[in-house]
Amino acid sequence: MTKPALPDGLVAFVKRDCPTCELVGDVLADIEARTGLTTYTQDDPAFPEAVNQRIDDTELSVSWHHDIETVPTLIRVENGAEVERIVGWSREQWEPFTGLEALGGGLPEWRPGCGSLSVDPNLANDLMVKFSGSEISSRRIVFAAQEDEFDSMFQRGWTDGLPVVPPTEARVLAMLNGTTRSPSEIVVVAPPDLVDCTVEKVAINAVMAGCKPEYLPVVLAAVEAVCNETFNMHGLLATTMPAGPVIVVNGEIRKRIGMNWSHNAMGQGNRANSTIGRALQLVIRNVGGGRPGEVDRATHGQPGKLGFCFAEDEEGSPWGPLNADLGGVAGEDAVTAFATCGTTLITDQLSREPESLCRSLAAGLLGMGNSKSVLGFDAMLVLGPEHASRFRDAGWSKEQLIERIVQLTERPGSELVRGAGGITEGIPAFMAEAENVPKVQPGGLMIAHAGSGAGLFSMLLPGWVSGEMGSQKTTVPIRP
Amino acid sequence: MTTVLDPTGERKPSDWQRLERPTSLDGLTVGLLDISKPRGDVFLDHLQIRLEQIGAKVERFKKPTFSKPAPVDLRHEISTTCDVVIEALAD
Repeated sequence: MTKPALPDGLVAFVKRDCPTCELVGDVLADIEARTGLTTYTQDDPAFPEAVNQRIDDTELSVSWHHDIETVPTLIRVENGAEVERIVGWSREQWEPFTGLEALGGGLPEWRPGCGSLSVDPNLANDLMVKFSGSEISSRRIVFAAQEDEFDSMFQRGWTDGLPVVPPTEARVLAMLNGTTRSPSEIVVVAPPDLVDCTVEKVAINAVMAGCKPEYLPVVLAAVEAVCNETFNMHGLLATTMPAGPVIVVNGEIRKRIGMNWSHNAMGQGNRANSTIGRALQLVIRNVGGGRPGEVDRATHGQPGKLGFCFAEDEEGSPWGPLNADLGGVAGEDAVTAFATCGTTLITDQLSREPESLCRSLAAGLLGMGNSKSVLGFDAMLVLGPEHASRFRDAGWSKEQLIERIVQLTERPGSELVRGAGGITEGIPAFMAEAENVPKVQPGGLMIAHAGSGAGLFSMLLPGWVSGEMGSQKTTVPIRP
Repeated sequence: MTTVLDPTGERKPSDWQRLERPTSLDGLTVGLLDISKPRGDVFLDHLQIRLEQIGAKVERFKKPTFSKPAPVDLRHEISTTCDVVIEALAD
């Protein structure tokens, strides 16, 4: 729909359901008589009675297209273009604006306006659908009158087993306001079906997941981080291991959208954390076609496959942010995707010295998969603040910490070969003479910082198959 | 009535797909659902005779009232015990 033009001269927008508009009705009539005025009325075409040149805008088309946020609004139009606008009633502003003196004798000096109907929260989304010239191209699906829409979405296979929000056009358009990117822009080719995945499709699934529009840039970045050759989302689906992507968010956007990096950061209860991770998984399920029992061959899976996303506690961290360790820029908004098989608690409530705590953390790492499985593991250690402060107090850098933990996970081949320790599982016999067999691959250990201030705990996120054979951790900047 | 946007890659038709039609009813269980409209049972009695003549096994069901959808338990019973269902409208 094209934007309706405003007539030259002075233009007013009013509604009857606004005490300030009622108050200035006679002032508008005065202006109309003395210099000319066109008045658009939003709720009652007969209002204001004293004015002659009234235009019915109960459809709100003119108000919506001219971004009227407050009534009364006065606009001066010259040669078809808006030159200036003022809102509310203020004699001090209205007199110079109209070039008229002695306006509104007997009225108070100033009264604030009311909200324009065109931005009424109950109407805004529908008006957007009506007037924005929607670029949405997805197939429309009409549920029959007797269908329960929530049940229908389960039956169509669109959900992860929990209810989803119906992705109506109004909700999707509102979601798309969260990004400057065009709905038709192809974000990724989504595995496993290799389907072109547009910003619009991501927005639809973000609505379903329960995201707010301001989360959309993070969801888009998460989708970009996992749907590529190096992260290998298809492999994560196809494996019998329980791997799924965890998304760690860095940068100021964590605060702007209200993410959690403190109490229960990896658990339930924070809308942004929960729905961003879920939206990513719904994109993989719905757009990519990755469903359990089909391409997803996980033996057990794990709860994080519903969605796993948390923010890093950068402010409380002794070190720089995670994304900066992986080629990103400190302070930049970014997501890091890592293929993890779940979460494991590492407790150590007695160590006060870094060396002792390093040994506890290394012992935890050794347990990943099977304590006799080595070589090529990636892992993320999320240190709780009380563990991290042991290293801060001792002045340890993150590099120093990683180096020491990795060193402590090296074990002699003789302990790891098949049959050693009475366990058939193990590395081939020819490696029995090796002295220092590392558990994690070089560069494979990441350290992040999150959790609440109380608790001498850290969380281990064991990796899946790493490197070119498996999944490589990926950091992607978040674009608006 | 709600209209939503398709969240999928749109590789499959969006409408519900009909089950494949059987080529013969011989040996299949046919459910006859009486919706409780008057004389619907008369029509179904005749259908039962004809169906049994061609080798079908017939199960009879009845909705408590024609004015409401069949109860969930009844729908479940029909869907788990029958291969085919014929619903009789009558007036």
